[in-house]
Amino acid sequence: MSDTPTHSLFDKATALKPTAALVLADGTVFKGYGVGSEGMAVGEICFNTAMSGYQEILTDPSYAAQIITFTFPHIGNVGANAADHETGKPFARGLILRERVTDPANFRSETALFDWLKDVNLVGVTGIDTRALTHHIRKGGAPNGVVVHAADGALDIDAALEMARGFPGLAGLDLTGDVTCDSPYEWTQTRWDLGTGYGEQSDAKAHVVCIDYGVKRNILRNLASTGARITVVPAQTSAQDILALNPDGIFLSNGPGDPQATARWAAPILQELVNAGKPIFGICLGHQLLALALGAKTVKMHQGHRGANHPVKDHTTEKVEITSMNHGFMVDRDSLPDTLEETHTSLFDGTLCGLRVKDKPIFSVQHHPEASPGPQDSTYLFHRFMDAMAQGALTPA
Amino acid sequence: MPRRDDLNSILIIGAGPIIIGQACEFDYSGTQAIKALKQEGYRIILVNSNPATIMTDPETADATYIEPITPDFVEKIIAKERPDALLPTMGGQTALNTALTLAQRGTLEKYGVELIGANKDAIDKAEDRLLFRQAMEKIGLECARSVVLNAQDYVDISAPDIQAMGEVDRKKLLKKVAMAHAEAALDVVGLPAIIRPSYTLGGTGGGIAYNREEYFDIVGSGLEASPTTEVLIEESIVGWKEYEMEVVRDKADNCIIICSIENVDPMGVHTGDSITVAPALTLTDKEYQVMRNASITVLREIGVETGGSNVQFAVNPADGRLIVIEMNPRVSRSSALASKATGFPIAKIAAKLAVGYTLDEIDNDITGVTPASFEPTIDYVVTKIPRFTFEKFKGTKPLLTSAMKSVGEAMAIGRCWQESVQKALRSLETGLTGFDDQTIEGVAPDNPDKDAVKAELAKPTPNRMLMVAQGFRYGLTFEEVRAATKFDPWFVRQIEEIVRAEEDVKTHGLPKTREGFQQLKSMGFSDARLAILIGTTEAELRATREALNVRPVFKRIDTCAAEFEAKTPYLYSTYEHAVDGPAEDEARVTTAKKIAILGGGPNRIGQGIEFDYCCCHACFALSDAGFETIMINCNPETVSTDYDTSDRLYFEPLTTEDVIAVLRREQKAGELVGVVVQLGGQTPLKLAQALQDADIPILGTSPDAIDLAEDRERFQKLLSQLDLRQPRNATARSVEEARTLAKEVGYPVLLRPSYVLGGRGMEIVESEEHLNRYIQEATEVSGSAPVLIDAYLRGAIEVDVDAICDGHSVFVAGILEHIEEAGIHSGDSACCLPPHSLAPAIIEDIERQTAALAKALDVRGLMNIQFAVKDGVVYLIEVNPRASRTVPFVAKAKGVPFAKIASQVMAGASLSDFDLPTEQIQHLAVKEAVFPFTRFPGVDIILGPEMRSTGEVMGIDESFEAAFAKAQLAAGNMLPKGGCVFISVKDADKAAMVGCARSLMDLGFSVIATSGTADYLRERGVEVASVNKVAQGSPHVVDAMINGDVQLVFNTTQGDVSIRDSKPIRQTALFNKIPYFTTVAGAIAATAALKSIKDDSLSVQSMQEFFAA
Ligand SMILES: Nc1ncnc2c1ncn2[C@@H]1O[C@H](COP(=O)(O)OP(=O)(O)O)[C@@H](O)[C@H]1O
Ligand SMILES: Nc1ncnc2c1ncn2[C@@H]1O[C@H](COP(=O)(O)OP(=O)(O)O)[C@@H](O)[C@H]1O
Ligand SMILES: [Mg+2]
Ligand SMILES: [Mg+2]
Repeated sequence: MSDTPTHSLFDKATALKPTAALVLADGTVFKGYGVGSEGMAVGEICFNTAMSGYQEILTDPSYAAQIITFTFPHIGNVGANAADHETGKPFARGLILRERVTDPANFRSETALFDWLKDVNLVGVTGIDTRALTHHIRKGGAPNGVVVHAADGALDIDAALEMARGFPGLAGLDLTGDVTCDSPYEWTQTRWDLGTGYGEQSDAKAHVVCIDYGVKRNILRNLASTGARITVVPAQTSAQDILALNPDGIFLSNGPGDPQATARWAAPILQELVNAGKPIFGICLGHQLLALALGAKTVKMHQGHRGANHPVKDHTTEKVEITSMNHGFMVDRDSLPDTLEETHTSLFDGTLCGLRVKDKPIFSVQHHPEASPGPQDSTYLFHRFMDAMAQGALTPA
Repeated sequence: MPRRDDLNSILIIGAGPIIIGQACEFDYSGTQAIKALKQEGYRIILVNSNPATIMTDPETADATYIEPITPDFVEKIIAKERPDALLPTMGGQTALNTALTLAQRGTLEKYGVELIGANKDAIDKAEDRLLFRQAMEKIGLECARSVVLNAQDYVDISAPDIQAMGEVDRKKLLKKVAMAHAEAALDVVGLPAIIRPSYTLGGTGGGIAYNREEYFDIVGSGLEASPTTEVLIEESIVGWKEYEMEVVRDKADNCIIICSIENVDPMGVHTGDSITVAPALTLTDKEYQVMRNASITVLREIGVETGGSNVQFAVNPADGRLIVIEMNPRVSRSSALASKATGFPIAKIAAKLAVGYTLDEIDNDITGVTPASFEPTIDYVVTKIPRFTFEKFKGTKPLLTSAMKSVGEAMAIGRCWQESVQKALRSLETGLTGFDDQTIEGVAPDNPDKDAVKAELAKPTPNRMLMVAQGFRYGLTFEEVRAATKFDPWFVRQIEEIVRAEEDVKTHGLPKTREGFQQLKSMGFSDARLAILIGTTEAELRATREALNVRPVFKRIDTCAAEFEAKTPYLYSTYEHAVDGPAEDEARVTTAKKIAILGGGPNRIGQGIEFDYCCCHACFALSDAGFETIMINCNPETVSTDYDTSDRLYFEPLTTEDVIAVLRREQKAGELVGVVVQLGGQTPLKLAQALQDADIPILGTSPDAIDLAEDRERFQKLLSQLDLRQPRNATARSVEEARTLAKEVGYPVLLRPSYVLGGRGMEIVESEEHLNRYIQEATEVSGSAPVLIDAYLRGAIEVDVDAICDGHSVFVAGILEHIEEAGIHSGDSACCLPPHSLAPAIIEDIERQTAALAKALDVRGLMNIQFAVKDGVVYLIEVNPRASRTVPFVAKAKGVPFAKIASQVMAGASLSDFDLPTEQIQHLAVKEAVFPFTRFPGVDIILGPEMRSTGEVMGIDESFEAAFAKAQLAAGNMLPKGGCVFISVKDADKAAMVGCARSLMDLGFSVIATSGTADYLRERGVEVASVNKVAQGSPHVVDAMINGDVQLVFNTTQGDVSIRDSKPIRQTALFNKIPYFTTVAGAIAATAALKSIKDDSLSVQSMQEFFAA
């Protein structure tokens, strides 16, 4: 059974001594029980409303410097497994849960979530009224905070508060350096299938260079499944080096942090790539960077979008897709230059979710067509990208 | 795509009477659909034979037809109303099948009616199991391996020698040929095997075969049951995980999943009979997305253009292999559950999609700012537990299979599964306070035989989840429990934790700190359960808890896990974790003057939709009267738990603890004027005293008056004061006393345990020997469980009266004359309004007695009285100082909203404030009951004082005969227009049959009878043919019935031997859908009715026309 401390409800001496807490920079303290590693983790507190896919969420590099509140109470039911990692290790800093993590119950599980959290050094707190916390975030915006976990219950709230107050926040933070790869590599794994698991790409139709700002594996798998041979390159790779790889298209990945901070050095590279006329497809941070490179602006959102139920309308087909989202910044529609056109809009709050360069095979979306976790309604975007590359081959720029 | 302007009027078909598998969820969905479409400006025509529905209220649709839902009647309505479109997806299988027949017959084409929501091809593809299979194959989804077994694949039935055979011989031959290939089919699918006969309802004749013997048995009975002598034999995947997905699709091909539902009971137990949980809890995201994609692909392939559908899957727990079980191209019980579980109103949205809107054009009511094109996400867990009534059907085993048997369900919401499941258990009102201790037959609690416990756990019974807990108490290991039940280990572990916590409480007592207590309560334990564990009273326990300031908070159901603000007060309670400081509460109670209405809880036989109807009407009326209305209920099928019905909805168990918690919260602001307890049946009534003790004001009749009416001795004193007459009666507190008193009262007597509803355990006892048997088999007699003994008034006419009293004057809303004699439960008897045979003096006497009782009990609001009239004397049978089952029927028959009036009276209005009708109505309305006997093969269908019907219909017309005929047709008794009537009646009834037989022959029927009846009739000049009783050998009457040579059965019987002997007749009639009457009164009424249907002259008329001022 779970090794989260099972407190005796009955013995006054040991009764439910909190072993962890969430301390917000505004001084709000939520006490609970620790799970995972001991210690302190600081970051921006966000919430995710997805009901499945906690392991994918925790390993998504876009969550670097963030602590995730799961609004769904039961997290950990299906344990953890190697196949559901979205990167080599989690970049989220911690997690906040309503319920104690249970033993796993699923044929795919390899370890219990509480063990896995320790293995990957994540600090967590359970027993929190995550709904109240979500309300708090909705009202006041995503706060900075600290999760502190000490099995003996010796929680230094003051130190945690100080640490939370000392956290600079995500605005202005370029975090891609922490999450990008060290050197280029090839990727051939394809999408997961029930029964067979992941496959291998065998006949590539196009060569895609993926700029790794913190790429999720499932993006690469989707690209591979749609027929791409993939070279992943570090974020700071120059346009010249990228073009030297002679790609049919360039992919701009998702990633963490403030896009404006990253754009300071990334925009010039992207501008060059845009000018090279190759098909380009961007997701999430890739989308924001593309917009910034082409003259638009990004802004920090009040509470962000994180979940697996967000409706987005594709204006090219007028169809609604249910998407997976994870972003705290967005492209400001009013800042779009004439060269750009809005292609996708969030139906939750009308924010811009996709754009394209007029007359060029260059487009990007804010949401996550690779899903993982979440609905796979937007997979068509990878095909759109492949089609653009096929077109590009017909009509060289 | 905006609303379609090419349509003006839309016909909606309801689901008809409540039956197992089709309950009030279709009133909920239909009402939503009608409201939504009316708002869009369409003229709505409704047909539904069930008067106890909100949808048949005259203000719901524009033209409301309370007429039989048969293709013939619906065609008449179409011819009269000429609707532009027909929406067939709101009324369950009944509506879908009726619409399909109308399409096949060309009626829709003839009148230019377009099917919207689902077209003919889509319905065909989804409902025909073979076509469905082919469709799944096409899109690469797996179904269970199967073989269709039909003799026609092996012999040419058009061959002259086969054609020349009689029906019986042909059937025998086909069955034999098919059976010869059963072995080969077995080789393909293996054991265990699932057998599903074609073209039968709800799995009749089918089942699960675990060994060869069972296999050949069930294949045989399946072939027998199937009119096409065809069965589908399928690989069993019993024990796999079962899931449902609720999908909505619009014209633009936008598809969304509203909710995933996981069954705790694995495959093999019908989802309607399974404990289910939302959302799915044991799937990884990768598996969930495979299932999500598959659901959407299924909808696209089947071609459900717009609306809600439900797709069912099985998942192999060992490797995740996914199998499609079926899909329903319509709203369903599950979609109602999904709507209540998420706050997303599927039926309302589906209706709008059917008239052209797309999801992104429709608002999400709950947030008010987001569109309906999204997928609800929740931050709580929902558990549904079905409620069963096996005890009413002697001779059936309480085992669950692939055919549904439950009659209702309760749903509960908690922040974690343990909280939701424990709330759901106490919502059932079966006496559970949580995971109460269970006894297992043959298992000694002090020295349990583990193998016997495991064997019990392996049986799919309604109590299996409780047995899991018991298994742990008996020392089974986690692995043993899991292996025996095939429950997902996650649920098993959760239950184990509950048992361990209970053990801790037993050993250590209650937690001493607020945190500890709060934690315990957050696992969902009720005060009552904890009180049992530590051996104290619930009140005491509550005092301890409240002294520690351990209290629930209320959270909102908002479709979005708090991402957006929830505008709609749809609430549930939880013991939130809040380690220090108060937990967040979202009740946001208002300062209004408010009235709380307590609902009826899960449906059961004896307490169903009629009570929900009354509760809804109270909401509407009290809201009109300027009060804020607060609804508390836990039945997800109902209109009352639609967030649109009341101002504030609390989805909570109807227990003292939970109800008081809500009311205390509401009392924090504004004024709680009172609580309405008399509309939800026995459920809220039982809480009245506790509420009053907690100083919560009760609206209407006082708890003391309720007790006065229910307490035998107090009531008798009252009656003697008023000089009213009861049948002779007595109360026995021991077996000996029962014998003496029964003799004193005089046989035949009517026996029953005290304090019951729906005639539970009631029996007519003819002799002392019979009495001994009853006491041994049916009941316990003791000081705390006395048995009531009444002189049985044989042959009396029973009368139901509904009245309203405001404390000063009394208004008799309706006097209903029963068709069947007293002794057949009032809920099971057909009845007629106004009375069609009672003398004016008797009616006057009944009115006088009613008024006297209402005043003596100081009734405020509704009351119901049952009388029996024998030899010109009026006897009082019982008084219920509350709304009765017949209130909606009376309201519909008379066109007066009595439940609304009564609600306002309860809140202080006086009867003189209303314009009440003084004239008798000019038409007649007949109520008929419907029974679930086909679900319980082997159970005798003879009616008695114990109620067994699940629902009712109304027939309304200018004459008694026509109204009765309509009621029969609506109840599914397909009265023949010609053919042969079989009569076999007990001696006392023979005289009455002379007239019947004559009339039948005048109408052109032939009549056959068993020897005694035949002789009697012939002696009186009615020339009827004789036919053998079964005991007399073939060819006998059952052969004739199977042969299709009998079209109607009149069979009354008395005495154990003849009841046993004639049982095959009734069983054959039941399973061959031959209409039957088991009472003489029913037979006489049916004979009269046959006249009125002879020439197809029955016409249709809407409620609006009946009551046009
Ligand atoms: N092949 C099978 N093996 C085991 N159980 C089955 C199989 N097929 C169906 N069932 C069970 O029978 C139930 C009823 O089957 P279903 O096709 O859904 O019929 P219905 O139309 O009555 O809902 C299912 O809920 C499932 O539990
Ligand atoms: N003394 C009696 N003589 C004949 N029939 C009776 C008598 N008492 C009760 N019944 C029959 O039994 C049925 C159920 O009894 P009732 O007291 O109404 O129980 P319930 O509370 O279940 O409605 C009645 O509807 C009536 O048909
Ligand atoms: Mg089904
Ligand atoms: Mg009664």
